[in-house]
Amino acid sequence: MQHRDCDIAIVGGGGAGLRAAIAAAEQARSDRRPQRIALLSKVYPMRSHTVAAEGGAAAVTSPDDTLQAHFDDTVAGGDWLVEQGVADYFVRHAHRELVQMERWGCPWSRKDDGSVQVRRFGGMKTARTWFAADKTGFHMLHTLFQTSLKYPEIERLDEYFVLDLAVCDGAVAGIIALEVATGELTLLRARSVILATGGAGRLFRFNTNAGIVTGDGMAIAYRHGVPLRDMEFVQYHPTGLPGSGILITEACRGEGGILLNKDGYRYLQDYGLGPETPLGQPQNKYMELGPRDKLSQAFWQEQQAGRTGTFAGSDVVYLDLRHLGEAFLHERLPFICELAKAYINVDPVREPIPIRPAVHYTMGGIETGSQCETSVTGLFAAGECASVGLHGANRLGSNSLTELLVFGRLAGEQASLRAAETTFADMRALEEQADGQRTKLARLCDGRGSENWVQLKRELVQAMESGCGIYRTEDGMSHALQTVRRLRERYREIRVGDTSKVYNTELLECIELGFGLDIAEATCLGALERCESRGAHQRLDEGMRERDDARYLQHSQVFHRHDGPAELRWQEVDTRVSAPAARVYGDAGKGSRP
Amino acid sequence: MTTKQISIRRYLPERDDAPFWQPFEVPVDDSTSLLDALHHVKESLDSSLSYRWSCRMAICGSCGVMVNGIPKLGCNTFLREYDAEIRIEPLAHFPVRRDLVVDMEIFLEHLAAVKPYLIDDAQQQEATETYRQTPQQLARYRQFSNCINCGLCYSACPQFGLNPEFLGPAALTLAHRYNLDSRDRGKAQRMPELNRHDGVWSCTFVGFCSQVCPKHVDPAAAVNQGKVESAKHTLIALFKG
Repeated sequence: MQHRDCDIAIVGGGGAGLRAAIAAAEQARSDRRPQRIALLSKVYPMRSHTVAAEGGAAAVTSPDDTLQAHFDDTVAGGDWLVEQGVADYFVRHAHRELVQMERWGCPWSRKDDGSVQVRRFGGMKTARTWFAADKTGFHMLHTLFQTSLKYPEIERLDEYFVLDLAVCDGAVAGIIALEVATGELTLLRARSVILATGGAGRLFRFNTNAGIVTGDGMAIAYRHGVPLRDMEFVQYHPTGLPGSGILITEACRGEGGILLNKDGYRYLQDYGLGPETPLGQPQNKYMELGPRDKLSQAFWQEQQAGRTGTFAGSDVVYLDLRHLGEAFLHERLPFICELAKAYINVDPVREPIPIRPAVHYTMGGIETGSQCETSVTGLFAAGECASVGLHGANRLGSNSLTELLVFGRLAGEQASLRAAETTFADMRALEEQADGQRTKLARLCDGRGSENWVQLKRELVQAMESGCGIYRTEDGMSHALQTVRRLRERYREIRVGDTSKVYNTELLECIELGFGLDIAEATCLGALERCESRGAHQRLDEGMRERDDARYLQHSQVFHRHDGPAELRWQEVDTRVSAPAARVYGDAGKGSRP
Repeated sequence: MTTKQISIRRYLPERDDAPFWQPFEVPVDDSTSLLDALHHVKESLDSSLSYRWSCRMAICGSCGVMVNGIPKLGCNTFLREYDAEIRIEPLAHFPVRRDLVVDMEIFLEHLAAVKPYLIDDAQQQEATETYRQTPQQLARYRQFSNCINCGLCYSACPQFGLNPEFLGPAALTLAHRYNLDSRDRGKAQRMPELNRHDGVWSCTFVGFCSQVCPKHVDPAAAVNQGKVESAKHTLIALFKG
């Protein structure tokens, strides 16, 4: 086993992890105390899933926009399950962070006068989304990665797979990781740790996510007693490609794209988003610029009514961009043109793109306070893996890229301060925990198991899709929960056929599956216990089809139990600024403050 | 559903001294990518096969392999495009660690060597305003900022094959990207690295790098524009004595 020491260990090399690493380095420099920062990632940082974000990053920018409006949009978009103090901090720091990205070289799209261009996005009152064509996440991630190379104090451990945290007396003390290239265990002692490991979209069969989005950090924190919060809120993005689920950005609609059912009818006007806006004149918070949860729900309704088309065996509706013209599409949405052509052989310049909803984003995650720290001292979380409380029951498009900057930075600064006042834990106590991991790994690889991991994984993603879809029922969710619990039992007998050390990707898949099963239980439990409909959690059960603030204006918290079923509690929501009101879009929302 | 045969060059360092070829029969339809085929092998035929992948939409740059001798991304290579034999190998010119996984460390070192970040000594810490950059200024470097670091161009480059110290197409392109950025003042700091023997002058303008680039970044153009810059830089240095 290798031993290493660092001041701050950051797990995950996506947008949040890289932003945190740079912030920690800057914090340490400005406080004139050198700190060593280790950045661990199971892939090279530029492979992280931030790379696939397309549409943009939100911040109040235009003179006629206000922080209050961005706050109101976010709180209403999240169906009032947003921590309002957190949303306030977010909107105030959003612009600063996007400017910082620009100063680091991010190639934001520009107006003729050289200032930054903004575009419309769903659920936002006005255009406030910065973008770099339709590869915003790609450009942000590469800008952050390249900028991080300026800091010698950031030591990257690329292709290190984190197995567990080391925790002593309620405080984090380090990390136990597997070096993928050699199969060797590393015990990394740290004074503070940041989890920035991304979401868990891969729990679902049909999703827009990369293969790595398996919720590792969520499961690791959860197993150490940190609650997972609001896990029942899973975002279905309304526009994924049939077959693969590859993301077709919301920016298509922000730029004026329209959604049609099989009869060529703009069906969104029938779901509280109308009246129909004229072609080529998209209007914020109307029609195609409604929030994602409502749009995905409208698809489901159309599907039930038999008004969807089919493409390669999949029910679909159509995203029509033809009226925008070839030159505009190739300038603003070049990646979308490329993806549609490559993966379904459709040229958006000439034909509407068949699309359908796909699981996209995990609104819930590792519960943190407003300073990104969890209930384990010195353990921070930021980005999609975290539930700092920004998104509530439904995230607005383009809030998450900004989130990972604002809260990645905050987590980095806080972790640096925390590390400065903390001493290393005793190595012997940590070695014991690392030995425990070694024993677990050895058992996993002893070749004696009987359960096939591919089979278990397929049953898991199928159960989640059937039970925790766009609309949910008591029966469906109970069945999913029971299935997940049975799969967890069977997982104890999992068989890893490959017993080698070097790049044993089968072993990694099996460990990820174990993480996923734990998170899936929390997701199903939260969903089943929330007996109302709010944001992305919609129930068809009698008496539960509406929002019920009297009983459920509360976060769900799920606690892991090692020797029994997970346990759910409810937690108060911060609604000090904006009292819950009706969540309305289209003409119905006219005149209401958000 | 029809099937096709793919042959994969395997290498299991803990078991064998040398690589070997292994054929697999995989189901195909019109949309089956090479990455889908690799998943089928791993999940249904031989779980010991190792390869890198992640986004499956040609933006993360993980899944480069050689397909019949040409570097490609597995996720946007479709089996429908191949009639007969499909031979899959790890990316050329990199040391193989296992199966289709190669050692990318030298590539990462070359990227870092060219100072691929905005350098502006006048930059204040907490700027509250962006730089101005017109669409025309953006257009000068935009194409070169689209590199996904997949490394295909290194497998296409005969010079890198002969001399791994050559900075190579992607790193030189990245340097050029920042040199062309109107916000950057770092060219003088980057040029010494580019002027070295292992910098731009190692390129013999084969141009295969640009042909294989999955994002149409055209590294060959960047490298050769870099040669002009390097020559200018050398001349100016001469005059200044």
